[in-house]
Amino acid sequence: MASPLEQFEIHPIIPLQVGGVDISFTNSSLYMVITLVLIAGFMMLGMRHRALVPNRFQCAVELSYEFIANLLRDTIGNEGRKYFPFVFTVFMFVLFGNLLGMTPYSFTFTSHIVVTFGLAIVIFIGVTILGFAKHGIHFFSFFLPPGTPLPMWPLLIPIEVISYLSRPISLSVRLFANMLAGHTLLKVIAGFIAMLGVFGIVPFAFVVVLTGLEILIAFLQAYVFTILTCLYINDALHLH
Amino acid sequence: MAEGEKPTSLKDLDERLRAARNSRTGTAKGDSGKGRGEQGGLGTALRVGVDLVAALGVGVGIGLLLDYWLGTKPWLLIVFFLLGAAAGFLNVFRVASGYGLAAGYKKPGDEDVKDKD
Repeated sequence: MASPLEQFEIHPIIPLQVGGVDISFTNSSLYMVITLVLIAGFMMLGMRHRALVPNRFQCAVELSYEFIANLLRDTIGNEGRKYFPFVFTVFMFVLFGNLLGMTPYSFTFTSHIVVTFGLAIVIFIGVTILGFAKHGIHFFSFFLPPGTPLPMWPLLIPIEVISYLSRPISLSVRLFANMLAGHTLLKVIAGFIAMLGVFGIVPFAFVVVLTGLEILIAFLQAYVFTILTCLYINDALHLH
Repeated sequence: MAEGEKPTSLKDLDERLRAARNSRTGTAKGDSGKGRGEQGGLGTALRVGVDLVAALGVGVGIGLLLDYWLGTKPWLLIVFFLLGAAAGFLNVFRVASGYGLAAGYKKPGDEDVKDKD
């Protein structure tokens, strides 16, 4: 029987070596490309008619737009509108990646720490640059809560710095661990169906329920990833 | 008849849209931290565990690296382990009480809002 971890293996489709660095086009890259095509298709086909009274397809597109627009307004305020393209792109990429992984025989690229950490470190570095661009050297006051008594400084500054540095790690590990655990659990329980014969109906019922739960997690994790991006941008803009 | 009315209703709709947009931008100013506590229980629960461990991991990582460079074998690891644990608890505290605030320091008037929910 196939190992439950086999679904996470990366196979090169078009092997490529440039200067000793492996930049093969893998199944992971293939699914990222499919995700981008799906998002572009979803947005463009949905907005094709630009009707005043939208049909269902256009409704779905407008719903996703308004969801992120409201999220930005609630967490950052009006200055947050500038960051809409970035936040919307991140949300759609993670959401479609998660949902694409839920289709049978597909590959979930968000279950790889390399992908999620890549996203998180880009957000982290971008937000840090944004903070410096906005506040200059004053950005360092972010690590010192206002009103801290002087004897507490040597203790609080390292704690705040560690807390700040842990952001990209918690952001990436949360998404990666959730997707990895969920998909492994699905495969493990699905493996019991064949083993138990007639009584396989019990794990089968489990798998049906878990698939629903996994789809919820796919949405929820994309949402959590996005709202944390918004909160980090907000912190960089407003400091404390 | 119905076609003759269409332009006026469109103009009406345009005005209503503008009014709605203005009222929204008016309210959104200032209270930027509003939607923070409205994430729901499941979202918060999923965040807390990872936040705690991530800061601890960063602390241990910094401690190990500094020890490796400075040759002070176990001491900086111990110090940064404790600092990382503290940072982890700070992260959890922030998830529970709203982002961007340090431990023990709240914006004036924030307590009443927190006590209600």
